[in-house]
Amino acid sequence: MSDPTMNDRATPARSQLQEGDPNTTGHEWDGIQEFDNPLPRWWLWMFYACIVWAVAYSIAYPAWPLVSQATSGVIGWSSRAKVAAEIAAVETANAPVNAQLEQLELAAIPDHPDLAGYAVSSGAAVFRTWCAQCHGSGAAGAKGYPNLLDDDWLWGGSMEEIHTTVSYGIRNEESDDARYSEMPAFGRDDLLEKAEVAQVVNYVMSLSGAPQDAGQVAAGAAVFADNCAACHGEDASGDIYQGAPNLKDAIWLYGGDYDSLYETVWNARYGVMPNWNTRLSEAEIRAVSAYVHQLGGGE
Amino acid sequence: MSDSSQAPSLYSAREPIFPRRVSGKFRTLKWGIMAVTLGIYYLLPWIRWDRGPELPDQAVLLDLAGRRFYFFWIEIWPHEFYFVAGLLVMAGLGLFLFTSALGRVWCGYACPQTVWTDLFILVERWIEGDRNARLRLHRQKKWDLRKVRLRITKWISWLLIGLATGGAWVFYFADAPTLLQGLMTGTAHPAAYITLAILTFTTFFFGGIAREQICIYACPWPRIQAAMMDEDTLTVGYRDWRGEPRGKHRKAAEAETHGDCIDCMACVNVCPMGIDIREGQQMECITCALCIDACDDIMDKIGKPRGLIDYMALSDEAGERAGKPPRPVWTHVLRPRTIFYTLLWGGVGLGLVFALFIRADINMTVAPVRNPTYVTLSDGTIRNTYDVRLLNKHGEERLFALSVVGDPALQVALEGEAEATVTVPADSTILQRLYITAPADSVPAQAQNSALRIWVQDTRSGERAYRDTTFNGRGN
Repeated sequence: MSDPTMNDRATPARSQLQEGDPNTTGHEWDGIQEFDNPLPRWWLWMFYACIVWAVAYSIAYPAWPLVSQATSGVIGWSSRAKVAAEIAAVETANAPVNAQLEQLELAAIPDHPDLAGYAVSSGAAVFRTWCAQCHGSGAAGAKGYPNLLDDDWLWGGSMEEIHTTVSYGIRNEESDDARYSEMPAFGRDDLLEKAEVAQVVNYVMSLSGAPQDAGQVAAGAAVFADNCAACHGEDASGDIYQGAPNLKDAIWLYGGDYDSLYETVWNARYGVMPNWNTRLSEAEIRAVSAYVHQLGGGE
Repeated sequence: MSDSSQAPSLYSAREPIFPRRVSGKFRTLKWGIMAVTLGIYYLLPWIRWDRGPELPDQAVLLDLAGRRFYFFWIEIWPHEFYFVAGLLVMAGLGLFLFTSALGRVWCGYACPQTVWTDLFILVERWIEGDRNARLRLHRQKKWDLRKVRLRITKWISWLLIGLATGGAWVFYFADAPTLLQGLMTGTAHPAAYITLAILTFTTFFFGGIAREQICIYACPWPRIQAAMMDEDTLTVGYRDWRGEPRGKHRKAAEAETHGDCIDCMACVNVCPMGIDIREGQQMECITCALCIDACDDIMDKIGKPRGLIDYMALSDEAGERAGKPPRPVWTHVLRPRTIFYTLLWGGVGLGLVFALFIRADINMTVAPVRNPTYVTLSDGTIRNTYDVRLLNKHGEERLFALSVVGDPALQVALEGEAEATVTVPADSTILQRLYITAPADSVPAQAQNSALRIWVQDTRSGERAYRDTTFNGRGN
């Protein structure tokens, strides 16, 4: 079929040099030669313009590497200054809403949808920057680092309690207001015999229905009443004012198996958390508190 | 090449074209199509369509900032972009259909390049006169007062058309009356001015200066559409067996020995592409059929039958040379290829209409939170978390209820809500965290994972949608 839209206008292929063609460069590959055509004038000017541009650019902007740093450029541009300016611009833009966040009653934040949305979003950013290293990016914690998603709180899960914990931290040396409590190392410091430790561990395991040695549970109850009930409570339900964990529930910060519990009673545990009031702004602390509060366990 | 001692020039100057005025049925059709297409283009953004107080009242609006496309009663969200893709597929298949049946009718009648060039030539004719006057003006070396006046009037008119064209374009992207006011008072967004400037310039340049060169050198479509054409495609052709040998009929005797073509050049003079159709089909021809109008007029005057230049198919040529009459047009148009294109086109169209009717205006996506896969609560309950995005396409806020179908032990709770209901504002989506819990000793809590279905239901209308997902237990 002939193509009805095209007529043949192709130029016949040029097979060899014609008279009047420009000179060749003298190169030849498999019979293919190269014309020595002059550069188009406009191309040449572009080339010169690029050289001028490059010189001007390297004077204006940081360019030439020196021993300790590069030349700074006469217009004083730097990528760090640019980032700093962008951060400053964002902070200026957020200043009014941050001020609002700082003034509001903590517990009232969830009642203001726009503000709560801002707090949760910016709190998530704070959490991922400062908290995720220990508590995990999903806030699920790890052994020794509390899971913030569940309904179990060592020091309380209300907005105010979370805010206090974040502000002053736990068992740190930096803040006088840090939450503080210390469990004795019952075995290491010779407060209890090995047998007594084994008995109380069996008793504690029985509280949450974990398999245990029935014979030791009764003896363990007595050891518990004498040594542990002062902080953990007579019914072992813990005390958030001392950060004493509830021993009856299904949640074990350091593990609920026999060996872990034995280790806990023998050597005690000493979890710490930094105080953030010297590193984060009040608005950031409130934001991250609001974020943690809405992760599923807030009280 | 062999007889030339000089290398051929790689460049040649454009031959200016001065199409003569012509009238006839195709010219009338083209005027009609121009009026309809330009009318739609310029007026569509000004049509209002009431969608309620919270939504724009412009019938056709591409709201880029709000990520919505409004078309009369249809509202397209970003995730429904397949409707737009489907329309583009239909446009493509429609082009295939028309090209295979009627040749380059798109190029000749409906292409914006053709329509605006036609408009620009019309304006040019009003200001500078018809072909001969424009030729004289072009050849006149001296830029006297008259030439300067005519040229400036023409260019300003073209620029105004370009401005209106660019202006109409930006109105599709923002509320037209507000934007017009903004443009007039200098308060509109810079993007509007930049778009306006670019489109003003391109319209001026493409319609006034570049014209047929866009079709010949810039547009890929003429090269592609050859693939859709065959011997039955209708194209504009010249019946050389009737017309040749051409020549003026000065004497009665010459009418005997000559063909019907009197070589009056009417077909060449009216051609906006500057070609001679009597040389046969050629790449430049956009089948605008103005040469048919011109030649029919001449044939009427010299008392010969019309159709020396005509729409015809290649397959008729041999028969006509042998003296047979051409086959009816519909036998060319109706053939497997065009029927196939029509079926494809209609299939996509029906599919889109069907999708439009069944699409729900309540929707939900469910993303199970995997970090961590589950949480153990203090009483041993296993809890899974799901990020649920709820979508309300109504113009008013709605209360959605969420529920789960699966193991009877599974319970639903929503973060921040006392009940398993949540309000979604009008024409928007919200992200809601949803918890599903299973008591410690229940099957789902102990299993590795269990299938479940989350339902969302409009508490008022009862309209609902679901998503299937899984619950991860301790066995995970």
